Amino acid sequence: MRQSVKEKLARMSTDEQILLRPLVETSRGFYVVTALLAAITLWGMIAYYLQVTYGLGRTGLNRPEYWGIYIICFVFFIGISHAGTLISAILRVSKAEWRRSITRSAELITVLVIGFGAIQPIIDLGRPDRVLNVLLHAQLRSPLLWDVTSIGLYFISCTIYLYIPMLPDLAIIRDSGIKSPRLYRFLAAGYRDTPAQRARLERVIGVLSIIVIPIAVSVHTVIGWIFAMTLRPMWHSTIFGPYFVMGAIYSGIAAILVAMVVLRRAFGLQQYFKDIHFDYLGRLLLLFSLLWFYFTFAEYLTAFYGGEPGEMRAFWSKLTGPFAIPFWTMVLGCFIIPLSLMSRRSMRTPRGTLIAGIAVMIGMWLERFNIVVPTSVNPRWEIESIGRYLPSWVELSIMAATFSGFILLYMLATKFIPIVSIWEIKEGREHSVREVADRVAEYLPENA
Amino acid sequence: MARWGMVIDLDRCTGCAACEVACKSENNIAPVSAGEADMGRATSWMKVMAQVEGEFPDTTMHFYPRPCMHCDNPPCIRVCPVQATYINDEGVVGQIYSRCIGCRYCANACPYMVKYFNWYGPEWAQSERNHLNPDVSVRPAGVIEKCTFCHHRLQKAREDARAEERELREEDYQPACADICPTGAIVFGDLDDPSHRVYSLKEDPRALRIMEDLGTQPKVYYLRPRE
Repeated sequence: MRQSVKEKLARMSTDEQILLRPLVETSRGFYVVTALLAAITLWGMIAYYLQVTYGLGRTGLNRPEYWGIYIICFVFFIGISHAGTLISAILRVSKAEWRRSITRSAELITVLVIGFGAIQPIIDLGRPDRVLNVLLHAQLRSPLLWDVTSIGLYFISCTIYLYIPMLPDLAIIRDSGIKSPRLYRFLAAGYRDTPAQRARLERVIGVLSIIVIPIAVSVHTVIGWIFAMTLRPMWHSTIFGPYFVMGAIYSGIAAILVAMVVLRRAFGLQQYFKDIHFDYLGRLLLLFSLLWFYFTFAEYLTAFYGGEPGEMRAFWSKLTGPFAIPFWTMVLGCFIIPLSLMSRRSMRTPRGTLIAGIAVMIGMWLERFNIVVPTSVNPRWEIESIGRYLPSWVELSIMAATFSGFILLYMLATKFIPIVSIWEIKEGREHSVREVADRVAEYLPENA
Repeated sequence: MARWGMVIDLDRCTGCAACEVACKSENNIAPVSAGEADMGRATSWMKVMAQVEGEFPDTTMHFYPRPCMHCDNPPCIRVCPVQATYINDEGVVGQIYSRCIGCRYCANACPYMVKYFNWYGPEWAQSERNHLNPDVSVRPAGVIEKCTFCHHRLQKAREDARAEERELREEDYQPACADICPTGAIVFGDLDDPSHRVYSLKEDPRALRIMEDLGTQPKVYYLRPRE
């Protein structure tokens, strides 16, 4: 850190000092991890180049296993994206004061992960060079087109929803002079934090946080519908829309928890991501583990009770057949581990939620695997097929690159924007404490 | 307007697979290596499927030649995001190779598994290249392809009939599989034209369609084998 920057930082408030430090100070570990992630991402890009020049024959896909790792990752990443926007929007709308320090990191996950999710179906295309046909020859009856529309809208609205509440912080950085003034003068877009601007800002955030909720719900509903609209066993299910939305929020909460533990450790944010935050999010995770069980049970019982031969082949291939290992690992990760950990107060700590969060992320990835693959290899009409799916190194490399690319961009972003909203913390200290006290007083009978 | 369809008499089918070979040759279907075929990447617009019934040694074997069913209500065309797969006025379900983006949604939506994907570009032995059919376009890597009821033959037959100033006759337009079938098991024609054999054959008490209950309304009928 340069001396002048250090002096400027020392003149600022404690919140600003702690939260802006990562923008000007970078550890050696950060560079090492960045280089490693960049190498993995580059490796994946080489794998994709091979796939494009040769064809999808480079993957392990076959007939009838038409969709594999890319579609699984597509559903998984778009699912994670429900972390930020939906949760931060719901917490904002419901005036949950504990949200203040976690919204920014969650919203940033959303925006980046939508991008990495949305490229998956394009990677999966046989002819990515013709992707614009989706706009030129749009066929509105195709659920894929609903998806393009919905995800496009989602990406735009989430980016705005990340950017607008960031304006006051960008203005703080611009005025502090610790970073390139030209860049932040542009980013802050003339925001001066006048009372009029602040009032307008809060009104816009209020409107946005209501708008993004139905958009977020629509996104994963439509992704569920991609499968549900076909006549295939264990896809053709009315529950898929809500089932996917629930799963998306579940994996999103897990992703926030993991990100919070890492950020807290890396940037020393113990004062901002406090035990109470992990406790509350842990309770939310607990609720969703129960919801997950409820939906999954309903889905599988309905398929089993009907006993249609086509459905049964896919059903038993998961419960006892070749997909028993991913199936029961999913149950372990999505239900047993989070339920047994999060139902204990002593486990709703950073360490406990980290374990549960990772278990849920693995479980939710496997859930998408268990939806896509067993149905694919068990079509309604039995055909000669190898009946299994082994992803090739190309697919696995691209998947690894997707994960590393996302983490890489997230890390780089923490060098340009404060990962905890400074002004919202400040606002919490200056106004909300009194506001909440007044609000509670309002709930009570006045005849004291 | 004609409504092209097919009736396949399973009693007559011997499982010789001549239809499969004729189809591959007619439609420029590229061969794949044995390893790729084992992975499930061989293409067969027409495929003779074998079904074994009973316990060894008391087994019987049935053969089902399976082309595209050319459904009147095809699940594949609804899901295509770019209208690359379509049904024409005469009920033939086709694929626009130059528009298909290769998302394989139609392949997943088809309950009959008749949509084939080009996992890589087509390759032929040098000796075979001179025998490709000039009437059928070769498909590039990354697109879906499927049975067309040898639609190119219809175009040719129409032109011939027009040149000779006469109506199109049943025998003028026959797809390669029906043409080659040595036992006459595959009968092709206009399902709505009483002068065509398929018109009455489809009303045979033995006639059935595969997965009719899905509401896809296939235009390929099978005549169930007599016991």
